[in-house]
Amino acid sequence: MAQPNVVLHVADVHKRFGGLHALADIDLQVEEGKTHAIIGPNGAGKSTLLNVIIGKLPPSSGQVVFDGTVLTGRKPFQINQLGIARVFQTPEIFADLSVLHNVMIPALAKRDGMFTLNMLRSLDSETGIRAEAEHMLEDVGMINRRDMLAGSLSRGDKRRMELAMCLIQHPRLLLLDEPTAGMSRHDTNTTIELLKKIKSRGMTKVIIEHDMHVVFSLADKISVLAQGRIIADGSPDDVRGNPKVQEAYLGGAH
Amino acid sequence: MFEVIFLQFLNGLDKGAAYALIALGLTLVFGTLGVVNFAHGALFMLGAFCAVTVRMFLTMETVTVDPERLSPWGTPLEVREPLVQAWLGDFGAVLVNYSVPLSILITIPIMLLVGIALERGIIKHFYKRPHAEQILVTFGLAIVAQEVIKSIFGPNPIPQPMPTDLRGAADIGAFLGMQANVITYPLWRLIYFVFAGVVIGGVFAFLQFTTFGMVVRAGMADRETVGLLGINIDRRFTIMFGLAAVVAGMAGVMYTPLLPPNYHLGMDFLVLSFVVVVVGGMGSLPGAVAAGFLLGILQSFASMNQVKAIIPGIDQIIIYLVAVVILLVRPRGLMGRRGVMES
Amino acid sequence: MNNLMPRNDLFLLLGFTAVVLTMPIWLAPFGAGYPDLLQRFMIFGIFAVGFNILFGLTGYLSFGHAAFFGVGSYAAVWSFKLLTLDAIPAMIFAVLISGLFALLIGFLCLRRSGIYFSILTLAFAQMSYNLAYSVLTPITNGETGLQLTINDPRVLDAAMGQGFAGQPVPTLLGQQMSGYAGFYFCAGFLILSFFIAQRIAGSPFGMMLKAIKSNQTRMQFTGFNTRPYALSAFVISGMYAGLAGALLAVTDPLAGAERMQWTASGEVVLMTILGGVGTLVGPVIGAWIIKYFENILSALNDNILARFWSFLPDGVADVVVKVTSKFVGDGWHLTLGLVFVIIVIFLPGGIMEGVRRLAALFRRSGSSSAKPSARTQPAE
Repeated sequence: MAQPNVVLHVADVHKRFGGLHALADIDLQVEEGKTHAIIGPNGAGKSTLLNVIIGKLPPSSGQVVFDGTVLTGRKPFQINQLGIARVFQTPEIFADLSVLHNVMIPALAKRDGMFTLNMLRSLDSETGIRAEAEHMLEDVGMINRRDMLAGSLSRGDKRRMELAMCLIQHPRLLLLDEPTAGMSRHDTNTTIELLKKIKSRGMTKVIIEHDMHVVFSLADKISVLAQGRIIADGSPDDVRGNPKVQEAYLGGAH
Repeated sequence: MFEVIFLQFLNGLDKGAAYALIALGLTLVFGTLGVVNFAHGALFMLGAFCAVTVRMFLTMETVTVDPERLSPWGTPLEVREPLVQAWLGDFGAVLVNYSVPLSILITIPIMLLVGIALERGIIKHFYKRPHAEQILVTFGLAIVAQEVIKSIFGPNPIPQPMPTDLRGAADIGAFLGMQANVITYPLWRLIYFVFAGVVIGGVFAFLQFTTFGMVVRAGMADRETVGLLGINIDRRFTIMFGLAAVVAGMAGVMYTPLLPPNYHLGMDFLVLSFVVVVVGGMGSLPGAVAAGFLLGILQSFASMNQVKAIIPGIDQIIIYLVAVVILLVRPRGLMGRRGVMES
Repeated sequence: MNNLMPRNDLFLLLGFTAVVLTMPIWLAPFGAGYPDLLQRFMIFGIFAVGFNILFGLTGYLSFGHAAFFGVGSYAAVWSFKLLTLDAIPAMIFAVLISGLFALLIGFLCLRRSGIYFSILTLAFAQMSYNLAYSVLTPITNGETGLQLTINDPRVLDAAMGQGFAGQPVPTLLGQQMSGYAGFYFCAGFLILSFFIAQRIAGSPFGMMLKAIKSNQTRMQFTGFNTRPYALSAFVISGMYAGLAGALLAVTDPLAGAERMQWTASGEVVLMTILGGVGTLVGPVIGAWIIKYFENILSALNDNILARFWSFLPDGVADVVVKVTSKFVGDGWHLTLGLVFVIIVIFLPGGIMEGVRRLAALFRRSGSSSAKPSARTQPAE
């Protein structure tokens, strides 16, 4: 077998908030095409880690490298243009725009870059982008809601739409922050199906999740975070059997 | 040279005190209710016109024509007699003389009522609405307030004399053991400064040492938690709005001898005091006070001829310039808390 | 498909054009069919349309747009003085200068958002206003205002050998623009401005601006650098303001600093809100209504009111006249303030939202009369 290609490398990252050591000595390697889950009890530093990766928070030391490019110090839009998309814990969508436009906007970002002054062309002439967006909405099963205002969607639909907004950019890396939080069991299962479907397309994913059901049905590799440190790293079966993990997380939580 | 600088410093204090008082009220409202109140300058103006009204009543006169005597123009002499003096004698004369400071007694309940009515009637419906809409509705209210005043009192400034005993100048230089008559400072400005200090100190003490103040401060820090404790924070916030109106109103009353009030006094001060709030840091009470004095003093220095000779026009823009630099370099202002009004 | 323009947009533009060009006819019965007022309708319509590109689309509330309006006026008058009395070069010059000025101010102000942005724009506008009155007097002529004189150089006119007798006035291709000619000149620009605004709102760029208003964070994480988008909107709306200011200078070549005061910036905010922020037609209607009532109401006096209320019994009429007189004449701003407060409280979408609600009401009542057994709103 060929050496697995590491897409995202979080190298020796530390993050301190005042006296609090939120992240200590984090070293993560996410391999191409894999789904890498980060789990851990509340306050373990999962969201902080994600914010460091995406450039929202600067690390105190260490760096994040994506496919040979250092992400640290870059702005969110630059990171996105490198091919990283993010689904938020509470959906970040354009509530005042239609579902279709919500999905067209990221497609335009992918095609036109971070700024284009295309103000005299009509939106209606963007037939290609429109078709692409409609196709994407069909994929996530929301084509019948395309003309609704995004703000009026149900919580589950908002998430699905946000996922569609990320997927339409065909990112090389997709970051998912608790993609099923607050969803019903039914919605959770449809989301898992959707994520499995896109897995077959070879997209690399980093997923932060509480729900063990979701984690074990999706992840190829799991890193367990506790008190800002990685205490275990390996395949789902390894992690499940690891006594340290059971003590810190699985045992403690249940 | 020291004397010149010291004098400019003093000259900045009274304007700085007015800025600080207005900014204090603005910050109270913003910190407690989370409302950006563009009508706050109008409250300052309303206070000033409370003083005007009180004086109007105190100086109401009876006019009797005495046909026996002639004026120097040959017309029958009109004998004017202030009613207050007619009824109360010398005490009435004292009342007229001290009308400005006395107006405070009447201004406090009036402004409290105005503030509470405003909050209950209109502002409270805007807590959950975007800041832009808060700005818009309070901006509209400010226009209404100033136009009402204009239609009652007319467009021209109405001078308010200060009490005769307080008209002189204080020889601060001599007081501090320096040469006499070098550093003199109008007495009323000194009074304004002391008055501002007392009011500011009073507000801080109120917030610091009373249970009411503690709850309000807790509510400023975390409204939800305080609400969860079963404390009715809304009622207290209403009173805070009233208090802010009172502070603005008193500041307006006392400022009338320094600047004859007209209907657009509020708008003139509003822009400046917003700048003050921003420089001090949105939501920081000490910041508002410090920035008020700082900008008042800076403005005083900028209007020195020596400074204007180096940078022409600096006196016109210094405050805005400071605000722009602060906002761009240190967006939280001098003492602002993190996360206030940052999206 | 129709790549040039969607049908609805085309109809709207044609309808708008028709309404504007026929204004001298249909406004005559309302006592507003004279060129001087109509020109103001056009000028402030342009100002409001441009302001809406910034505030309506991106949500950035500027309280300093009068500065660009004023700069446009000054630039146009300087063009009349130095280059030529022809209006076209003055317009171009004014739009360019105000655009550059907006680029500078916008670059600085857009580093902050929300209330901080509003206060920054306010601070810059007040600085411009104060400077125009003081140290910049050589450029602005201070309180007197900048005006045309016979001795102005007008190098282009001089080179063409054109001389003038008497007080110089702006022209268009050698024709004086008095009366309706001036109105149609301004109307042409309003229609053009409206057309451009329509294209912007309907373009991908316009959608990005709306997306910035809706969720700036998501825009960032979607790969857009939001700052140049907002800055472009700021500059465009600054250029609109400059154009409007220049037109005012064309119709009345006297530029004064009071055009830059922050209350003038407040006025364009009022127009936009009153008409309907974020809509295309709303701001124009808001501008027309404010300018119309300013003109009508501020001209009313006690005598006219007394005649109007004369059908009432004497005592009552006196009281009514006294009360109503507070709201007209000099008191018209009171009316404006009250209307504005009421609009913001009850109808934040302005007149356009009112029209929409009324239309919806009629539709509902129409459909419910067709189906009388239709249920009322279910409880939940």
